[in-house]
Amino acid sequence: MSQAIHFDPIRLPPEAEELRIEVRTFLAEEIANGGFDPQLTIMKSGFDRAFSKRVGAKGWIGMTWPKKYGGQERSFLERYVVTEEFRVHNAPITAHFTADRQSGPVLLKYAPEHIKLDVVPAITRGECCFCIGMSEPNSGSDLFAASTRATSTEGGYLINGTKLWTSNAHNSDYMIGLFRTSVPTKDNRRHGLTQFLVALKQPGITINPVRNMAGKHEFNEVVFDDLFIPEDHVLGEVDGAWKQATSELAYERSGPERFLETYYVLTELVRVLGQNPDARAAEGIGRLVAQVHTLRRMSVSVNGMLQAGKEPVLEGSIVKDVGTIWEQALPAKARDLAAFVDAEPGNRAAFDELLQFATTIAPKLTIQGGTTEVLRGIIARGLGLR
Amino acid sequence: MSDTNSLLVDATTRIFQDLCDPQTINATKDDGWKVELWTALEEAGLSLAWVPEESGGSGASLADGFDVLAVSGRFAVPVPLAETLVAGWLLASAGLKCPVGAMTVAPSRLRDRINIGDDGKLSGRALGIAFASSVETLVVLAKRNGENHVVLVATKDCTILGAPGLAGDGRDAVTFDGVVPIGIGPLAQGLSSNSLALMGAAARAVQIGGGLQAILTLATDYAQERVAFGKPISKFQAVQHNLAKLAGETAAAVAAASSAADTIQTMDTFNDSVFFETAAAKIRAGEAAGQGAAIAHQVYGAIGFTEEHILHRFTQRLWGWRDDFGNESEWAVQLGEFVAKGGADDLWPLLASR
Repeated sequence: MSQAIHFDPIRLPPEAEELRIEVRTFLAEEIANGGFDPQLTIMKSGFDRAFSKRVGAKGWIGMTWPKKYGGQERSFLERYVVTEEFRVHNAPITAHFTADRQSGPVLLKYAPEHIKLDVVPAITRGECCFCIGMSEPNSGSDLFAASTRATSTEGGYLINGTKLWTSNAHNSDYMIGLFRTSVPTKDNRRHGLTQFLVALKQPGITINPVRNMAGKHEFNEVVFDDLFIPEDHVLGEVDGAWKQATSELAYERSGPERFLETYYVLTELVRVLGQNPDARAAEGIGRLVAQVHTLRRMSVSVNGMLQAGKEPVLEGSIVKDVGTIWEQALPAKARDLAAFVDAEPGNRAAFDELLQFATTIAPKLTIQGGTTEVLRGIIARGLGLR
Repeated sequence: MSDTNSLLVDATTRIFQDLCDPQTINATKDDGWKVELWTALEEAGLSLAWVPEESGGSGASLADGFDVLAVSGRFAVPVPLAETLVAGWLLASAGLKCPVGAMTVAPSRLRDRINIGDDGKLSGRALGIAFASSVETLVVLAKRNGENHVVLVATKDCTILGAPGLAGDGRDAVTFDGVVPIGIGPLAQGLSSNSLALMGAAARAVQIGGGLQAILTLATDYAQERVAFGKPISKFQAVQHNLAKLAGETAAAVAAASSAADTIQTMDTFNDSVFFETAAAKIRAGEAAGQGAAIAHQVYGAIGFTEEHILHRFTQRLWGWRDDFGNESEWAVQLGEFVAKGGADDLWPLLASR
């Protein structure tokens, strides 16, 4: 290993902290006037187009993007504050978050100008919902096994095949899809895949729900039957999608959403254990708080280093690995620590309800957006082992 | 990192490379190298980095001192460098003059208390004091009529029950009953009775981060050299994943420790932020030390369990450093009580404030 692991002790700048106050005020008003219900967002659905439009009106979607495309040209550390405050307050961000984090940056980098001018401003207004079309029935972690075909035809491509586990496809306007345009070459099995912008609300696409074990409809199966995609919807290099994935990954892997998905369990645990916990409970809280504080400091550091033009790719992957393991283990630890708390008085019942929900969704946390196994392989490569 | 800072890190690294090479030390039977190493550290002004120039130190910033400690961790430093740095800092904070030579500090355990009686003599006992048997002076944080004082004591005046500790550096029991101080001064404003524990804990967390970086490099290199079943063991996914986990633990320790060090050097007083960050860093770095050392040993197999191999120089110190200036459990109880008192709805604002 040539490069030491490094985390600059970066603090959020004053403008980010001013923004935090603004965001908290907005969220408090939203909750007070019934704009959203945090409990329902956690347990039922985080999809709320009206809320996303109100967020867009504040300028908090695509806030780091160029003003020309509806962005605010603010820093990644300011975006960081918005993201973490929305997460912790359990705001319904599903209708815009994927586009804000991933799809928008891909379009800005690879889409032709007229499409950028058309689609990206709509994202920033909270009017345009995206999903990610990567996984297939026989291609999950092994992304390069994708077999949904894009066959060249006059003026564009015809798409045939099936995407699976596509979160939120049934609510989305667009997908950024990964399709096979050529067979892999002998010396590069990653060759032959191309990224496309796919408008979802048109014939040739069938979206079937796949309910998850928490009873929610998030997953979908998306079937393409001779769907025509025009030439100008190709994103980047034909056959060369594998080259395009890497640069944004440090952002995608290191955000606060990578360790805060079950954070509400910790809040309610502290509430249920009360102001004078015994030594066992206090120790448990102390360790969990030390762990989440450390994760946040790692995450802020990676984002700050990115903002400063550094490339902490290894550190970014580590944040996601350690972060998702932590948010997954949190419900089990909270269950242990609350074992001796009586049902009455206090918030035991409310705590149990959230705990059961978090326990049920915990398995997905180390699968979505790249499994622990894949991530550790990436870290191993970063260490020079591959 | 500033330019002067990286110069200091380079100078420190060179001294350790020349005089504290783990391989050489491990093979040496006598202790002659300790004198040479200590002399070099002193001559470079590293041992009294946190003492102002007018008091005989080198007047380096807190940030510089923490960087020196991170390097010392990477070499599993077997001399009282961190202890002398913290002792000098404490003496300087009370306006006391610094003696020459290596020092250590007491108490280390969070529950040990040392008192100064009306006759000016000390009473009390402190356990787990690093290097107490091998230094001439001890700097003690003690109470007189409820007021905190910094006290300079000659180790020869104390009753010391030697214990080797995990790494053989000494974690001694020191009894202060009847000891007459050589020097005494009131603790500076902005510091309180847990300030020594916090400074020591931050120093140890930073050293743990350095130690983990060292064993990550060692284990990563070894996995690529060692061949089994016809290929380097680094090609086995189980080994790769263990090393990835070690990288994660190292990252957590380094991030938590540098954040705590950054907090101490930017705050005017040892306020709640210093407590929160330092307690969290010592907890998380301590957890990482345990998990990280276990992985490194697993990667090395039997050879790493031998006296001949250098791995134990790192892992035994990592284990030992966990216990100095409050272990994970002690700090976690304090941090948990602090969080509980603030209440559930204040936890996020607290986390976000850092």
